[in-house]
Amino acid sequence: MKNNQFLSFFEEYKSQIEKNSNAILNSFRDEAFRAFSRLGFSSKDADYYRFIDLPTLFNADYGVNVNCLQPTFNPYQKFHCDVPGINSWLYYVVNDIFVDPLTSDLPEGVIICGLKQAAERCPELLKQYYGKSVKMENDGVLAFNMSFAQDGFFMYIPEGVVVEKPIQLVNILTGNRPLLATTHNVIILEKGAKANLVVCDHSLDKHVDLLANRITEVFVAEGVEYDHYKVESTTPSTKNISTLLMNQAEKSSVVTNIITLHNGITRNNIEVNLCGEDAKTTLSGMFIGGENQYSDNATSISHYAPRCTSKELFKYILEDNSKGNFLGRIHVAEGALKTEAYQTNRNICLTKNARMYTKPQLEIYNDDVKCSHGATVGQLDDNAMFYMRSRGIPEKEARLLLMSAFATDVLDNIRIESLKDRIRLLVDKRLRGNGSHCEGCVICK
Amino acid sequence: MLEIRDLHAEINGKEILKGVNLTINKGEVHALMGPNGAGKSTLSSVLTGHPAYKVTKGTIFFNGKDLLQLTPEERASEGVFLSFQYPVEIPGVSMVNFMRTAINEQRKYRGEVPLSASDFLRLMREKKEFVEMDSKLTNRSVNEGFSGGEKKRNEIFQMAMLEPKLSILDETDSGLDIDALRIVASGVNKLKTKENASIVITHYQRLLDYIVPDYVHILFNGKIVKTGTKELALELEEKGYDWIKKELVIE
Ligand SMILES: Nc1ncnc2c1ncn2[C@@H]1O[C@H](COP(=O)(O)OP(=O)(O)OP(=O)(O)O)[C@@H](O)[C@H]1O
Ligand SMILES: [Mg+2]
Repeated sequence: MKNNQFLSFFEEYKSQIEKNSNAILNSFRDEAFRAFSRLGFSSKDADYYRFIDLPTLFNADYGVNVNCLQPTFNPYQKFHCDVPGINSWLYYVVNDIFVDPLTSDLPEGVIICGLKQAAERCPELLKQYYGKSVKMENDGVLAFNMSFAQDGFFMYIPEGVVVEKPIQLVNILTGNRPLLATTHNVIILEKGAKANLVVCDHSLDKHVDLLANRITEVFVAEGVEYDHYKVESTTPSTKNISTLLMNQAEKSSVVTNIITLHNGITRNNIEVNLCGEDAKTTLSGMFIGGENQYSDNATSISHYAPRCTSKELFKYILEDNSKGNFLGRIHVAEGALKTEAYQTNRNICLTKNARMYTKPQLEIYNDDVKCSHGATVGQLDDNAMFYMRSRGIPEKEARLLLMSAFATDVLDNIRIESLKDRIRLLVDKRLRGNGSHCEGCVICK
Repeated sequence: MLEIRDLHAEINGKEILKGVNLTINKGEVHALMGPNGAGKSTLSSVLTGHPAYKVTKGTIFFNGKDLLQLTPEERASEGVFLSFQYPVEIPGVSMVNFMRTAINEQRKYRGEVPLSASDFLRLMREKKEFVEMDSKLTNRSVNEGFSGGEKKRNEIFQMAMLEPKLSILDETDSGLDIDALRIVASGVNKLKTKENASIVITHYQRLLDYIVPDYVHILFNGKIVKTGTKELALELEEKGYDWIKKELVIE
């Protein structure tokens, strides 16, 4: 659909969308829609989706699940994820619908459910947080999300509750005709809470255009420890736009790791707001690209309060005609004294057609700051290659060892051992060019 | 074992080796000496198949095989080993993974079954003791952050693990303290058999007190200009290279 088709679509189906949604989400729709009507998918900012042609991306004859129909299969029966030892609390969102597992033995006070359910179970909470950190006035993609989103994943960890076992959200895209899934996730961790979330993005269909436009808002209160991992293993016909808005209060500590192993076109907008003093954030990610894959991590870390630390590390390995883009904005506000902000982006282009674009962007408004950034695009180290070959390691194997080594420090930022081991295995397999998908997970087979 | 005939090699269009002839039989130790820039490391690189060097003339046969037709990894599996003058750091690749891959790839090349994990670890332990190498080092990435001497010791450790037929030790003594020198040299001596051979590249007679060579060659300006016994090394130590230069001029 073209912009204007979305406009008439929205007007035509608005009452249906609202009927199948709830008052809290609906309260944003008109404003969001006005913003989208005004902005469309364009922007004055040259870096706004610089290498993605948004109008074209959205311009397929996508179906939209306005009536919030449940999937025709039960993902809890059809699939299982068997990362050995991960033993997680598992939840599925199929296209744009949260599917209720119906059973739950979550720790007391913890709420994990669909966004629609949350509107009934804890309307106050949802009202307090939904849409709070979305700046849609300048961003058509976000305004679009807030116009159309009807459901998503909701997670609430009350004050002081420690959830050791990982929580896993599997997003599945599937359809026998082009499909647009718009979802909105809200994650709230109250003071002193602790949790890990593993998000797995999958698609079941290789030849159908599947487009996701997802927003995840995370609200991390004082002293919270939170890990957010996202692993994408989708298909060449998948277009995945994910916006992660991470909002951190004082003394909180967050690790975010975004790994793209197999995909079509991916855009991760990652915004970290360090709003309280002494907050720490580690943001890392990796893309292994082959064929015509494209991945784009547009990151923005804002230091608003004193003594916060941010460590950012992104790595790309590009082969064939794949393309990568990294945008690293770091903003240090005037009052954010004693800020430490470190950014590294390292990339390897293995073929002459592979392309990497990287752009650091530092905006620092005080002098009491330790800041560093570095970006490199290169090939594998020839001396190391020869050294390994001189010990009898064949060239192909030597390359694999070096690429796998290159990925190591990103993987080291995964604090769940079972997940780290599995992702290391997946990365090695991906680098070998076979079994790029999560072996054992039936979804990917 | 090794037959080098009229070897010419260049890098970036610059000729470095200008007709090297050298024959090595099994059981022999050959010392290779010569001033800085003579081409000693170049010869090592050419023998091990470094892709940056181009052989423009000459032949190298190793146990009857045309070495120049083989890739670096094939040469290694045939039993050629180089202890690098400047060992390379490979961050992120663990020593264990590196050694296991090397050994098993060499075994695969020779049609042998891979070592089991426990056999491999036993071998590692044994060879570590052999060169008195600290376990802390083998638990790290290849050479990463190793001191100069630690890197050299690691080269000998790898040599002990891989049990090559021909070892080329390129200035393995430089950067070693006296104790380390003794350990490394005794390691080399213990690895010596009637079946293998080595080329020891050094600037110092001192090493040759420990590793006694059967022959000493002097490489000068891309050619072996003099061959003698271990006394030649003593003479060099005393007089430097000037007299050789003079001799060459007179000739
Ligand atoms: N990439 C290169 N391009 C041009 N010349 C080179 C290159 N690499 C080496 N050389 C030159 O080749 C010559 C031989 O170098 P080589 O390292 O073989 O000397 P060497 O005998 O090992 O010296 P040393 O005793 O200092 O280790 C030197 O003059 C060196 O500058
Ligand atoms: Mg040298």
